[in-house]
Amino acid sequence: MKPHDQSCPTCSGHGLPFNPEPHFRPLPGTGTPVIELRGVSFSFAEREVLSEVDLTVAMGDFLAVIGPNGGGKTTLVKLILGLLAPKEGTVRVLGADPLSSRPAVGYVPQHAQVQPSFPVTVHEVVLLGLRRAGGMLSIGRWPGYRRHEKDKAMEALRMVDMADLSTRRFDALSGGQKQRVLVARAMVSDPALLLFDEPTSNIDPQGKICLFDLLSALSSSITIVMVSHDLISASTRISSVAVVNRKLIQNRSRELTPAMLELIYGTHDASCPLDEYIRGVSSIFGQAGPRNTP
Amino acid sequence: MIDLLGMEFMQNALLAGLLASMACGIIGSLVVVNRQVFMAGGVAHTAYGGVGLAFYLGLPVLPCAVGFTVLAALIMAMASFGRSERSDGIIGIMWAAGMAFGILLMDLTPGYNVDLMSYLFGSLLAVPRSDIWFMLLLDVLILGVVLFWYKDFLSLSFDMEFARSTGVPVRLLYALMQVLTAVTVVMVIQIAGLILVIALLTIPPMLAELFTDSLWKTMTLATLASLIFCLCGLALSYHLDLTSGASIIAVATAGYVLAWGFKSVRGRS
Repeated sequence: MKPHDQSCPTCSGHGLPFNPEPHFRPLPGTGTPVIELRGVSFSFAEREVLSEVDLTVAMGDFLAVIGPNGGGKTTLVKLILGLLAPKEGTVRVLGADPLSSRPAVGYVPQHAQVQPSFPVTVHEVVLLGLRRAGGMLSIGRWPGYRRHEKDKAMEALRMVDMADLSTRRFDALSGGQKQRVLVARAMVSDPALLLFDEPTSNIDPQGKICLFDLLSALSSSITIVMVSHDLISASTRISSVAVVNRKLIQNRSRELTPAMLELIYGTHDASCPLDEYIRGVSSIFGQAGPRNTP
Repeated sequence: MIDLLGMEFMQNALLAGLLASMACGIIGSLVVVNRQVFMAGGVAHTAYGGVGLAFYLGLPVLPCAVGFTVLAALIMAMASFGRSERSDGIIGIMWAAGMAFGILLMDLTPGYNVDLMSYLFGSLLAVPRSDIWFMLLLDVLILGVVLFWYKDFLSLSFDMEFARSTGVPVRLLYALMQVLTAVTVVMVIQIAGLILVIALLTIPPMLAELFTDSLWKTMTLATLASLIFCLCGLALSYHLDLTSGASIIAVATAGYVLAWGFKSVRGRS
């Protein structure tokens, strides 16, 4: 990809490609999957959101989980984070239960969940990502930050090329810039795994390119899992793909198999307008096309 | 003027204004950034149930109203947490029910002749010294709690989902925030009354947010702005013989409009 230049408003003219220092925590133990879901089912009230899902994410993987809205993508992220508990099956993250592994997981929630107008600087947003040991009454909860914590936040901002805007109010940034700051917030605690929920929502096309360049650079030193309904953006730079729509199908490569396409879109006659769209998606992911109904 | 400051009722009014401003600046900022102004309004009107209960049982009004309002705020917090799409209906029910409960208890209180207007519209010049000490205690509580868990309050206010993922006890702090809002509301009822309390909780923080880039700065500037509004409103009320609560809100509204205009003009230039 052509390096970005001064004309890229999102990158602020930093000149890609990124080359982040591999200062983050080394990936633990060899052979242990970073994420392992076995027979996981989850329901909200009577509605089954995920059914007997198996998923294995290896170290250094850059996995895109794609699927329609309401297909269970965000539920999957929350199960991995330990914010939800499965009704059936097991979830292991970095070889332990999700709650124990939480300090080693960086999370970038959906952009829309962040308060759109808020009196906080970019630097302080990143500082919020620092983990504080101890319970509710620990001294680490006192206001103010130590020098090394501030330096660490600046280092994370430099990595996403946002250090120059550290004193600016967060709500004064563009969508792409905000997303980069949220990546820095997730990375400031040196995670082994980065979880991304809908990374491209509210970002213009140029911002998406910048963001995926950043993620691509980060994927050399960290395992990344992102969930998205934006198929085209998700197709770039990933190493493997999974589709989820109550059930989950995973592929070790970045190709979408006919079974995966069928899970997302169902089966369609060749004359159906959606069939043409599906063929387009297939070609982006490097696959021949969907199975048609006879 | 010096003679006026020598009078106990005026000293009490100034101290009450100072203490209420501190609570409004800190908690009002949290209310505004969390978009919980409607919930704060519900808590304020529910407080009238506590006032009615105090008169019915013959108990001191301020502590009784604090206890009742805190309980109501906790119920609202439990009912609305994680169900933002239904929270307005729940708050609306509590709002009306608390108010009705207070009115009914006032009706049932033997020999009832309380000045209802003083609770609806406030009476800064009538705050007794005993209430000042209680307000000071509540201020220390509010300041201590918010100072200690400042980073956690900031994190959950900015992005609750992320705060949960980092182990912040979101549900507990959310409930604590409602408790502190209830405490502040009851305190400010003394000054602005339960109908106008929402103005002192929102106008100073909204003004402060125009000029600040961090939550603690918003809290500090809002406290200062609230104090200035209280002093100016009090002076206006005394000299023109107007209701003190309404005078304070009028000054605060004018202050916000001026500040917003100044910010808009400066932003364009």
